[in-house]
Amino acid sequence: MIAIIKYNAGNISSVQNALIRLGYDSIITDNSNEIINAEKVILPGVGEASSAMKHLKGRGLDEAILNVQQPLLGICLGLQLMCDFTEEGSTNCLSIFNTQVKKFPPKDKVPHIGWNSFSSKKGGLLEGINLEDDVYYVHSYYAEISDETVATCNYIQPFSAVMQKNNFYATQFHPEKSADIGEQILKNFLEL
Amino acid sequence: MLKKRIIPCLDIKDGRTVKGINFVDIRDAGDPIELAKKYVKQGADELVFLDITATIENRSTLIELVKKIATEINIPFTVGGGINSVADVAKLIKAGADKVSINSSAVKTPQLIADISKEFGSQCVVVAIDTKYESGEWKVFVHGGRTPTQLKTLEWAKEIERLGAGEILLTSMNNDGTKKGFALDITNQVSKAVNIPIIASGGAGTKADFKVVFKKTSDTGALSASIFHYGEISIPVLKEYLKTEKIETR
Repeated sequence: MIAIIKYNAGNISSVQNALIRLGYDSIITDNSNEIINAEKVILPGVGEASSAMKHLKGRGLDEAILNVQQPLLGICLGLQLMCDFTEEGSTNCLSIFNTQVKKFPPKDKVPHIGWNSFSSKKGGLLEGINLEDDVYYVHSYYAEISDETVATCNYIQPFSAVMQKNNFYATQFHPEKSADIGEQILKNFLEL
Repeated sequence: MLKKRIIPCLDIKDGRTVKGINFVDIRDAGDPIELAKKYVKQGADELVFLDITATIENRSTLIELVKKIATEINIPFTVGGGINSVADVAKLIKAGADKVSINSSAVKTPQLIADISKEFGSQCVVVAIDTKYESGEWKVFVHGGRTPTQLKTLEWAKEIERLGAGEILLTSMNNDGTKKGFALDITNQVSKAVNIPIIASGGAGTKADFKVVFKKTSDTGALSASIFHYGEISIPVLKEYLKTEKIETR
């Protein structure tokens, strides 16, 4: 069973729908035990950082996430919440990845919305994916590149597209909305 | 590199896709799910579903349809038509819509933009502007273009950005249905006035119209309904053409 962490009002059913298309059972839950005991965990990405962190902490889900031993995938805001700090609402986050999340400077249109390719990548989640393959982004904040960055994308400046540390994985883009390429990336995670 | 988006729009009435010109001679064009899946397969970058009746009776039909779309397609989609409150948005988002598009209700109650943005994030708020050039000015129209307002398009666009919208869908009524190309003048003006992405709509008739709007404006997306529905231009052919014209698409 895959646990999808429920933490606010946004559209998290899209992650579940993607898992159904791939033939995986999942539950949407904010129960720490269910999260810790799931085969895989997904921290989906919608909403605003400070209220999302507050929500996670209020239910003890921050502790639960840090205690997860099995593969966990953060998506979009999920990736940002796994970093040290985000400028969005000046929020201290989970500190899984040692990097900062900043707002894009207004040198081009913000949010970064649409399909973008990779400027660099290592294996892992992106096994079988090419640099020129496009995935769907929608975000105004980005994680600075760090040692845990395993793929980068370039919009206004290079930023972390995929991050990984031990069993913790994260994508800034939405694999669940990235057509066949996104399904391949989700499959790579689910088959870890 | 960020790609330019090709976005087919499907008009929905009572849960079915309809085709019609200027809301006249509306004919059933089949199952929206089948058409949506076809567009996804062809490489559409996003989809927009516009409920053109949007009466209270058919809201539940629309919600059921959105649920089905969300299970069937794996690219982002926007739902518009008849959205008047945060509660309306909550139902659509819960059913699986990625974004909502609001128009007349935003003009009537601009605070709605801020309220939706705060609750669901600015990325899910698309504000549609129907604009028309009249007596030397671009003005905003509502109710499917039937009702003029006092709002000037550029000022309204800035206000929409200030209130927290994530994107603007800009339709020029002067161009809509003409097949003579997108309205470059107002599209450029709006694009320069705000820093959020603009999707151009209205007037596409040829492949070259897409090239021109992408080359001559900073638009990140272009929307059309009829040319895709009637098969005048297919998405793969359009994208191939744009590639040869050095416009990056997916």
